[in-house]
Amino acid sequence: MKSKFQPDKNGYFGQFGGAFIPELLYPNVKELEDNYIQIIESDEFQKEYKSLLKDYVGRPTPLYFAKSLSQKYGAHIYLKREDLNHTGAHKVNNTVGQILIAKKLGKTKIIAETGAGQHGVATATVCALMGLECTVFMGEIDIERQAPNVARMKMLGAKVVAATSGSKTLKDATNEAIRYWIQNPETFYLIGSVVGPHPHPDMVARLQAIISEEMKWQLKEKTGKENPDTIIACVGGGSNAAGAFYHYMEDEEVELVAVEAAGLGVNSGESAATSQLGEVGIIHGSKTILMQDEYGQIVEPYSISAGLDYPGVGPLHAYLYESKRATFLNATDKEALAAAYELTKIEGIIPALETAHALAVLPKMDLKENQVVVINLSGRGDKDLETYIKYLEK
Amino acid sequence: MNSIQKLFQRKDKNLLSIYFTCGFPELDNTTKVISELEKSGVDFIEVGLPYSDPLADGPTIQDSSQKALQNGINLDIVFEQLMSIKSSNNTPLVLMGYLNQMLKYGEDKFCQKVIDCGIDTVIIPDLPMVEFENHYQQLFDKYGITNVFLITPHTSEERIKKIDSYTKAFIYVVASASITGAKGEISTQQIAYFERIKAMNLKSKLIVGFGISDKQTFTTACSYANGAIIGSAFIKNLGKTGVNKIDNFITPIIS
Repeated sequence: MKSKFQPDKNGYFGQFGGAFIPELLYPNVKELEDNYIQIIESDEFQKEYKSLLKDYVGRPTPLYFAKSLSQKYGAHIYLKREDLNHTGAHKVNNTVGQILIAKKLGKTKIIAETGAGQHGVATATVCALMGLECTVFMGEIDIERQAPNVARMKMLGAKVVAATSGSKTLKDATNEAIRYWIQNPETFYLIGSVVGPHPHPDMVARLQAIISEEMKWQLKEKTGKENPDTIIACVGGGSNAAGAFYHYMEDEEVELVAVEAAGLGVNSGESAATSQLGEVGIIHGSKTILMQDEYGQIVEPYSISAGLDYPGVGPLHAYLYESKRATFLNATDKEALAAAYELTKIEGIIPALETAHALAVLPKMDLKENQVVVINLSGRGDKDLETYIKYLEK
Repeated sequence: MNSIQKLFQRKDKNLLSIYFTCGFPELDNTTKVISELEKSGVDFIEVGLPYSDPLADGPTIQDSSQKALQNGINLDIVFEQLMSIKSSNNTPLVLMGYLNQMLKYGEDKFCQKVIDCGIDTVIIPDLPMVEFENHYQQLFDKYGITNVFLITPHTSEERIKKIDSYTKAFIYVVASASITGAKGEISTQQIAYFERIKAMNLKSKLIVGFGISDKQTFTTACSYANGAIIGSAFIKNLGKTGVNKIDNFITPIIS
């Protein structure tokens, strides 16, 4: 049975999605569209994918009962420890899967965009593993604020290309990756989130779905029930949230909470809370909710977190928002920093700045005593130490 | 008959089209650029709507778009500018912009304004064929607007034939697997591609664009098609010499 949360034949989730691409990309996108489901569902792929996730990535990631956090907020809070994956975030689930798809399609050159550098590192890693050439596009500003990840990518043998147009962040890195792809159609664009033209959003969601697949049996073991009451995840493009929500989208009893980056405040003019500030539009080949001005010019977003600093959101999330299946909350820079410090102090886990946004909504939620809450701890904070240290000094 | 078909009735060889970005280098340059292009003998003009995220464009058009947006250009101003020269301009204009601009402005409002300005042909590089078939064909037909499709070295023969059947103005033959911008010269590989398209004997007129920059590339392109479009090379020149010496760029190409 086809779920309403899966795209139709033209790649639409409700009114969102599609493939708004220049003609030059048509053959590439079509090739992927014609093959991705068949490849992903094949025994050969599943065997290789699952084996790499287990032995190379370190899955299953633990579902950790956060006792102190639970006490503090008066609920049963579990952390899905994606931060413990190889390379430090959920991003690698997707890159391991896509690199196998790329190989199956006979591609030898890989390109990727990256914001915080987590997807860039995860891509450079699997390219090193498979011996494939890797080029990562990264905004000039992000190259500065995520220096450790830039160094890691280089050490892994990737070429890091600075995107110097526009806001010099994730949006522009994606533009540059797409432009390079147009000029080098033989390359495989290993996209990092549930964004871009169909079938990319669906492909990435399927590869991240391992997160909620594990959550089901882990929760069953720990609580006796597969379903939690609430799942919370941060959303930039939305890949970790898509993975954490995936197997629960049909179960209306499970509350899905997506947390966007409010930057200096939703209405401050310096924000990346797309669902609150955006309207229907087209970005990176997909119809979705988009931050734009009255003439359709894309507005430059702002967040302290490079991974959430994106003016759009994946079409699946736009649909979850519009259909009210998910609740969209947001957290400011300040709230995210405070939440990162809190988790570090009481649980001994330093989260990524992106993940800290998901944690930051706990004080704003009306949690019940027996409420089972899973927070997708999408990444670790090593890459953000400089920012954290700066904040600590204040 | 649309304005481009009328043009082809008068002339169907060596047509020169120039692309320029509205509001560049100065906000109010749009009308001056159009009238200078007309005076210098350009056959039709592509009016570029500056966009914040022009995916199909290279650095030159990106930069000119950014500058134009900084100058304060927007769709309402563009339509005002185009309206102001409607009665004096006799050169067909083709509007080129990205789909999100039309979407946000309001599809019907956009189409009405285009027609009000005396324009009946649009190029939207990120409007895919399936969306055209499902929605935009009907919308454009309602207003008498015709859409120009792009084909590339990687477009299949089957798809080209379909595009040929939808075409009422011309097929935009993208010269190479690239974004816009000058490449220097035309390779033997590109020639083989032009020959392949020519041999298909399509009913539509063919105009080559992307990477056409000077007399030599223009002449080569014209030997396989009905004409060619120069964009980035013109913008670069416009940025350097301003709006008063446009014929210095055009004359050597068409003489």
